[in-house]
Amino acid sequence: MHLDFLATLLVGPDRIWVGAASTCFILAFVYSGFALASGWPLAARNTLILIGLGFTALTTFLFVRGHAIGRCPITNYFELLVFMAWSMVLIYFGIGSTYRMSLLGAFTAPVASIILVSALSLPDRSIAPIKTAVDPWLEAHTSFSIVACGAFALACVAGGMYLFQERQLKTLKPGSIFFRLPPITALTVANSRLLWVGFALLTVGLSTGFFVKAEVDWRKVAWSIIVWSVYGGILFARLRRRMAARWIATFSIIAFSLLLGIFWGIRFISESSSVQG
Amino acid sequence: MNIFCFGISHQTASLEIRERFAVAHSALPEFLTKLIRVPAIGEVVLLSTCNRTEFYVVSHDAHLAAEPLFEDIFGKVRPGDCQHLFRLSLVQTVRHLFRVASGLESMVVGETEIFGQVKRAYEEAVRLGATGKILNRLFQKAFHVGKLVRSSMAITRGSVSVGSVAVDLAEQIFSHLSECKVMILGAGETSEKTAKCLQARGAQQIFVANRSFERAAILAEQTGSRAIRFNEWAAEFEDLDILISSTSAPHAILTAEKLQPVLRTRRDRPLFIIDLAVPRDVAPDVHHLDGVFVYDLDSLQAIAAQTLQTRKDEAERCEEVILKQVDEFQLWMVRNCAATLGSTQSEVLRFE
Repeated sequence: MHLDFLATLLVGPDRIWVGAASTCFILAFVYSGFALASGWPLAARNTLILIGLGFTALTTFLFVRGHAIGRCPITNYFELLVFMAWSMVLIYFGIGSTYRMSLLGAFTAPVASIILVSALSLPDRSIAPIKTAVDPWLEAHTSFSIVACGAFALACVAGGMYLFQERQLKTLKPGSIFFRLPPITALTVANSRLLWVGFALLTVGLSTGFFVKAEVDWRKVAWSIIVWSVYGGILFARLRRRMAARWIATFSIIAFSLLLGIFWGIRFISESSSVQG
Repeated sequence: MNIFCFGISHQTASLEIRERFAVAHSALPEFLTKLIRVPAIGEVVLLSTCNRTEFYVVSHDAHLAAEPLFEDIFGKVRPGDCQHLFRLSLVQTVRHLFRVASGLESMVVGETEIFGQVKRAYEEAVRLGATGKILNRLFQKAFHVGKLVRSSMAITRGSVSVGSVAVDLAEQIFSHLSECKVMILGAGETSEKTAKCLQARGAQQIFVANRSFERAAILAEQTGSRAIRFNEWAAEFEDLDILISSTSAPHAILTAEKLQPVLRTRRDRPLFIIDLAVPRDVAPDVHHLDGVFVYDLDSLQAIAAQTLQTRKDEAERCEEVILKQVDEFQLWMVRNCAATLGSTQSEVLRFE
């Protein structure tokens, strides 16, 4: 009853919450970018507040949309991307204060903004309850997989920061930004931790997929196994010390790009099939 | 009432002359007592550091001069010394003190130690009852300006010596130096200083290797580290984090070829090499290895020079902030001390 009232209060064009969140993340990015470029002391707390506001807006959207359709709001590509950005920020908040208060936020904000702006460019469905029965395995499968994508996105950010720091050290002329980003050993630990979290979540997500009572799309299964294997390979190499930290960081970026490419590829193929059908 | 600053500093005199006028912290009460007894002085603060000895004075005597005052306090002043003494009038004194507290008058622009030294000098004067309404206000304002400049400008950012630049880089690689294993190869003076800098920031496991084991043992004792035989240094590499090298070898003693097999066992742990030797101990190709960062004297000095230049550029921006604060202090003087300033001083303040 209380939830109904709250949802009614917040309802309207619910995409406005996604727009608000994008604005917060863009502001966080612009603020930290300006502070870095001008040498102005960066208050990490301000970035954190802006990202927190963006996260609140996204949570509100997911709540309102979930309430309207009567299930977890991951039923189309727009919702999937919003859920991915939300997961990424959720993991950013959960990663630990050492990394959260550093400039990781400044680098997380633009990635979240890009994901949300891409989401807003996609067509959305009308908000009406879905009549078909909810398959809990499908919801678990999708949500775990998307949260895993959020962890991989953040691993990609940490990897990018590592490469930036490493490059600064190799040029022998580290600028003022170098001294304001986290130390490279801290970024190696963050990158590794995020890869493990993402891999564990993806494993759970893919495992629950086997219980989904629906027609199997073998293309999706094959691509999912490829992504799982790529991340598994990176972690195996790290575990066996076969790869230097620089290569782990590079592969975190390549693997996440591959993941996004597959995401858009599957969407494109699905749309082409439906048009032909 | 008039405000003056009489003094001698690194800008006006060499160390040889300055040291004759230096006042140890323990001797401050004695010197302050002498100053208070000078009939023309109403309020006084004595600041003495290795770079300056300055008296901030409030006096009813508009013609108070530096030379007799220094003679009263330090005894006979040598004939040549007078040209090194300076005397600043009201507005110049206010601006000077604000610049001193902000580190702009320091030998190394932006150094932070001076702020504490000014604070201690003021506290000592307060304790002895040597200050009054005007100097209390002036020094409180100076502390406010010092904090303002440091917090809003990049004047204190970065390091300006080879040792501290190396330590800053080490911290940006390893986060916590307390967990790092450090080896000093060749017990030279610069490596000793760098090791001490690392120790001051938390490094605990330090090893010293030198061709003369006795010299290594002496340095190890001085730095509270452990001496090892020179032929054993390569064996320590497997779990080493920082190497400070400054041997007198005529050619590179560490090459990529020698290092590569060791690196395979420590894949994701970076190795930071500080090569302070001339000619260099580490071959240039070592820097191209994954996870290895080699900084030689030239590269460390270039970073220090860049920081110093940034601080100098920033000092010009600080000047604007300081002038605004000087104006505010002048306004306070006109409002609160007009009666005691006398008409001439008030006019000067308004005019300035």
